[in-house]
Amino acid sequence: MERSAVFVGENCSRRSVMLSGGAIFGAACIPKIAHAAGARDPRLVVIVLRGALDGLSAVGPVGDPDYVGLHGSIALSTKAANPALPLDSFFALNPGMPVFQRMYRDNKAAIVHAVATSYRERSHFDGQDVLESGFAGPGHTTSGWLNRAIAELPKGDRAALKGGLGVGAVTPLIMRGGAAVVGWAPTALPQASDDLAMRLMDLYQHADPALARSLAQGLGIEKIASREMSGDKPQGGNDIQLMRRVAEGAAKLIAPQDGPRIAALAFDGWDTHFNEGGGGGRLAQLLGGLDGAFEAFEKTLGPAWNDTAIVAITEFGRTARINGTVGTDHGTGTVAFLAGGAVRGGRVIADWPGLKEANLYQNRDLKPTTDLRAVLKGVLAGQFGLSPSALGSKVFPDSMGVAPMKDLIA
Amino acid sequence: MSAPNPMLVALNRFGLGGRGAASVYLANAAADPRAFVRSEIDKAPAMAATPDLKATPELVKKLFDFQAERQAERNAAPPPAAPSTAGGPDAAAQAGPALEKAAPKPPPYPQQVFRAEALARIRASALAPVGLRERLVAFWANHFAVSVNKSEFVRTTAGAFEREAIRPHVMGRFADMLKAVEQHPTMLHYLDNQQSIGPNSRGGQNQKKGLNENLAREILELHTLGVSGGYDQNDVTNLAKIITGWTYAGRAEQMGPAGTFIFNPNWHEPGEQVLMGRTYPASGREQGEAALADIARHPATAKHIATKLAAHFVADEPPPTLVNRLIDVFNKSDGDLKAVTLALLASDEAWSAPLTKIRSPYEFMLASVRLLGLTPEDPAPVLGALNQLGQPLWAPNGPNGFPDTTGAWASAEGLKLRLDVAQLMAQRLRDPPNPGDLLNDSLGAAASDTTRDAVAHAETKQQGLALLLMSPEMQRR
Repeated sequence: MERSAVFVGENCSRRSVMLSGGAIFGAACIPKIAHAAGARDPRLVVIVLRGALDGLSAVGPVGDPDYVGLHGSIALSTKAANPALPLDSFFALNPGMPVFQRMYRDNKAAIVHAVATSYRERSHFDGQDVLESGFAGPGHTTSGWLNRAIAELPKGDRAALKGGLGVGAVTPLIMRGGAAVVGWAPTALPQASDDLAMRLMDLYQHADPALARSLAQGLGIEKIASREMSGDKPQGGNDIQLMRRVAEGAAKLIAPQDGPRIAALAFDGWDTHFNEGGGGGRLAQLLGGLDGAFEAFEKTLGPAWNDTAIVAITEFGRTARINGTVGTDHGTGTVAFLAGGAVRGGRVIADWPGLKEANLYQNRDLKPTTDLRAVLKGVLAGQFGLSPSALGSKVFPDSMGVAPMKDLIA
Repeated sequence: MSAPNPMLVALNRFGLGGRGAASVYLANAAADPRAFVRSEIDKAPAMAATPDLKATPELVKKLFDFQAERQAERNAAPPPAAPSTAGGPDAAAQAGPALEKAAPKPPPYPQQVFRAEALARIRASALAPVGLRERLVAFWANHFAVSVNKSEFVRTTAGAFEREAIRPHVMGRFADMLKAVEQHPTMLHYLDNQQSIGPNSRGGQNQKKGLNENLAREILELHTLGVSGGYDQNDVTNLAKIITGWTYAGRAEQMGPAGTFIFNPNWHEPGEQVLMGRTYPASGREQGEAALADIARHPATAKHIATKLAAHFVADEPPPTLVNRLIDVFNKSDGDLKAVTLALLASDEAWSAPLTKIRSPYEFMLASVRLLGLTPEDPAPVLGALNQLGQPLWAPNGPNGFPDTTGAWASAEGLKLRLDVAQLMAQRLRDPPNPGDLLNDSLGAAASDTTRDAVAHAETKQQGLALLLMSPEMQRR
């Protein structure tokens, strides 16, 4: 299959795109965004969604006739009780993300669908290492691609001078390396996430009932359980509120003139094996948290928002078919979110593989048709002018064959 | 219930858990668990060389200097202004995150020493091959508990107290440890014996002051015979009289260098005293030493110590056969703690009793540090976690020390906090190892399939590591 990107704007006919079977760079499809020449001061924020985001429930291909059959009760629909938010005639956004939809309509947000790293196994640990290290395979954990990108910037570049910002108790792998990095983490001792607590409860219930009783009491487990089970009652868990707060904190640090220009964040909790929920429920709450993070960046960055690009990426996708516990298991193709004033938005960028059984990857996953590195290279090239050779050798080693995606940045 | 995995008995019941980065220990623990534990009993004590840690007299002298200097500064300075709320923590929070904080003021001298001592203790625990010796140090330090919250004096000397009075004797004779403890300035200060004056002594007559029974009572109730050890109030009062004059030299250094144990004959209650039916003729410091030597060998002491050791290592309700054997060894060996430890190690009960106890917060923190292969350079993270988990280092609520039962540490709130700490520890790892690999390297076949699955299916390395740290294999001992 030809590797090519299809740009689909709101004004484009999905049909024409599908029929063309190749790349379309129609002028009508690309929103024209003007920005003041010469005054750009670009910023880049990369949000790592650890746990493998279900791209098919985040951005549903509601126009694909095989979607509902595979994704079952958690398939998004614009006619459901929690109606999905239309993006174009083919894709609809999870209702947890109204802010992102507004940005999309303002041409400040885009989605790349059926995207994946070069990693084709299904281990979170290795998948995250590949995603963050930028190497073609696992086993490289000393430096990350975002840090190496900073190191490749011209020495006098503002973004190079200011170094990177790594958010978290330790710098995420994606931001580790030789280039200068400052760290920041929210100060309060964070409580263990609901997800971790539930997993430990499950372990204790099978292996140590006495500890299970104690822990259940300590956690006030009934509360968590009801939140997990009754998918349609979003209450906003601790970890979900945290996303907005962390984004706010990071935005305050990169907004000032003398602040770093490039930041990395990581949000956990996307490993939705059971009771994933569709338009409502656990995943919708998590996506609401991510939506809150986008909004926090927009509000807090002020004028700097205009030259900012935020990219949210995950290690791999999830199975196209739901499993026996109304969730999804580890898969391959998924989505990447782009948002910010610098983004050439209003588009779902996809060389859509289709969801017919024969089109699924290994008869189970959304087939990846776009290399995530092409997207990330495109953003780095558009924001900071990094050359294809630096991107293909230093930032993403051994990836000269993966061309930077064009025109992601306005 | 089936017998526990022998490797887990060696590593967890007797030690502080496997060190993830040092798999040779794990191989030894798996190959011959008893010999693995035994190897540490025969070796020279850890922490033999601690050049940057000072002896008690030097610490006390510096503490007195520090206190005098501070007093002089206060006398010279104008009275402090009313506390302002403008710079409070709320204001700092509202200002949002700051990339650079002002360099913090160095902590006061007692806290500096406390942190250095704590780091030495934590590192000794983190790096020991097995950790049995460090477990015993912690056990005896809790048996002869002092609290740094009592005063700057204890905060400054608690670590030295452990190094000087406890460490040298954990494989020695109980009577020697008892004497070293009760004559150490830290214990004398903590339980107020430096204020206890014989009413009929010269000092007592002049100052119209008298006995303080605090130390004498705890010696009998906590340190030796035990609360049901057959003593009465007369014994407490008489022992208090016997050890009057046991104190330490102060600022004035009239009777010796500051911070050294001294016997002050002017405060010692004259005359013979009766303790537990024995008469101790009038003498000086020797009267107390003779009394301690006898109660250290008292059958009630043997029972108290043997029961407490068995309850610590084997089960909250230890098998009576085991306790009786340890009592016997204690009595026949004249309180040789190495012989008692070897008997515990050689017992079938220790290797067959199910692993029902839960690690104390200290054991949990150090086992986690060891599993993750860390070598602490800063005591703060461990100390902070111990505060959170209710076992602040060298700071129990009273002289009875921290509880040593599963019920106390497997509480609902305790486990929840433990989970928070486990998550934080995992998140703070700079380069987290693959938790599945770590599980295989550390627990191997001793890990249950349930734990193996939970760790393998975690969504991040950090989450997998937190689950591993919280797994029953890491919590139970």
